[in-house]
Amino acid sequence: MVTALKERTTMDVTAPSHHNDRLESILSVNNLQIFYGEKRAVNGISMEIEKNSVTALIGPSGCGKSTFLRSINRMNDLIPGSYAKGEIIYEGLNILAEDINVTALRKEIGMVFQKPNPFPKSIYENITHALKFAGIKKKSKLDEIVEESLRNAALWDEVKDRLHSSAYSLSGGQQQRLCIARTIAMKPNVILLDEPASALDPISNAKVEDLIVDLKKDYSIVIVTHNMQQASRISDKTAFFLNGDLIEYDRTEKIFTNPSVEKTEEYISGRFG
Amino acid sequence: MFMNTRSNFDESLKELKSLQLKMADEAETAIKNAMLSLLNQDIELANKVINNDNIIDDLEYEIHEKALMLIAMQSPVAKDLRRLHVALRVSSEVERLGDIAVNIAKSVVHIGDEKHLKELIDIPRMMEMALEMLTEAITAFYAEDPALAKKCAEKDDQVDKMFGELVKELLTYIPQNPDFTNQIIQLAFVCRFIERIADHSTNIAENVVYLETGKRFNLNK
Ligand SMILES: Nc1ncnc2c1ncn2[C@@H]1O[C@H](COP(=O)(O)OP(=O)(O)OP(=O)(O)O)[C@@H](O)[C@H]1O
Ligand SMILES: [Mg+2]
Repeated sequence: MVTALKERTTMDVTAPSHHNDRLESILSVNNLQIFYGEKRAVNGISMEIEKNSVTALIGPSGCGKSTFLRSINRMNDLIPGSYAKGEIIYEGLNILAEDINVTALRKEIGMVFQKPNPFPKSIYENITHALKFAGIKKKSKLDEIVEESLRNAALWDEVKDRLHSSAYSLSGGQQQRLCIARTIAMKPNVILLDEPASALDPISNAKVEDLIVDLKKDYSIVIVTHNMQQASRISDKTAFFLNGDLIEYDRTEKIFTNPSVEKTEEYISGRFG
Repeated sequence: MFMNTRSNFDESLKELKSLQLKMADEAETAIKNAMLSLLNQDIELANKVINNDNIIDDLEYEIHEKALMLIAMQSPVAKDLRRLHVALRVSSEVERLGDIAVNIAKSVVHIGDEKHLKELIDIPRMMEMALEMLTEAITAFYAEDPALAKKCAEKDDQVDKMFGELVKELLTYIPQNPDFTNQIIQLAFVCRFIERIADHSTNIAENVVYLETGKRFNLNK
């Protein structure tokens, strides 16, 4: 696995490498700083992200949550002028290092964005597209993965009779679950979600929340959310960011019942804006 | 940056607190009146205490409704949530204090106009101490002052001790004064009720500490 990130171009999607040891960390962030040109958006943060758990990132707009999240699968590489210092250790490797195979990394650390962004293709192809690139060609295998990931994303029953219709024919909530299905079809180890439920109606939102809690059996999840109730309902740990600093990071129940830092309390009780 | 963004919620919390203080005030008055009715053998005042208890019960109901509504509608967290939790708990303690005033008043009615066997000296002393604790507990709650709350709770042991001694003494009077058995038993009950006032005051004090620190304290050992 360690060398794979450097060398592998296709990965074995049938053999997930998930372990279920709780409290073990999957990502170690050490003094991470992230810049956009001159501007520093993340100021040297350090934190351990636990395996098989849901970690919520909260904080006011512009505090650096998305910037941090995107750095975990090197999405900031796509932004000209953006660079990072410090380390994010995953599987013993600093994923910020120059020689990391970013394509392989993104298969292990998948991302779901705020706005559902399905491809202009059928529901079925949305899921198989990346799998084919990863070398899976057999129809029966593809069918199997499509069904499994749609089931895991709590979407199967709603779409099983229309797999070949356009993904755009789905509602917003269904599209978001399709994007989650597409991400889990690649059997990543870590799933990053940036406000995945912000555009959803309460029922779709509840389904996505249930899904996230279910997924932590097999995945480690990091989620950015502006919805405090959502963070408190689904996450195990919560990190509060402010102006690029990590102010407080603790068990979610601690953060929402008795945070240690005054600023955290003000933020979660809606007392500053 | 730190402007207040929850003024409606804060306004409701203020209203809730003033209801709680009103309730505490009613209970304190009821207990004082019950005590006066005992000392002066004032049956009319005792009956007034008994009949007024529904005011305290209604306030408790109103506080519970308001607090539950705020929990449901405002999704409070951290200290806001503790504040509402404490409102529910403290109002239940205060409701019990109202019941204790009624119980004392009922003993006054049972003793009626029978002359007191001897002048009441120790009971008013014990009562004074319990009332002091109650006033401190309510002040600590009002001011959200955990130090005062702890000070209040420290007195509980003294009241417990007085209670033990007093009841023992009272019971020794029965053999020589069998005609006064009812009065003596009623006075022993009153001692027990006063001891409960101190306990409920300590419970209120514990809630003040919990509100401030988020940690449960047992001040009532
Ligand atoms: N592509 C970019 N180029 C330059 N600056 C950026 C870029 N993206 C973000 N920033 C800046 O970095 C800081 C952190 O932004 P980021 O998007 O990480 O915040 P956020 O916490 O995700 O906010 P929100 O809750 O609004 O999504 C902000 O000051 C923002 O203006
Ligand atoms: Mg963002």
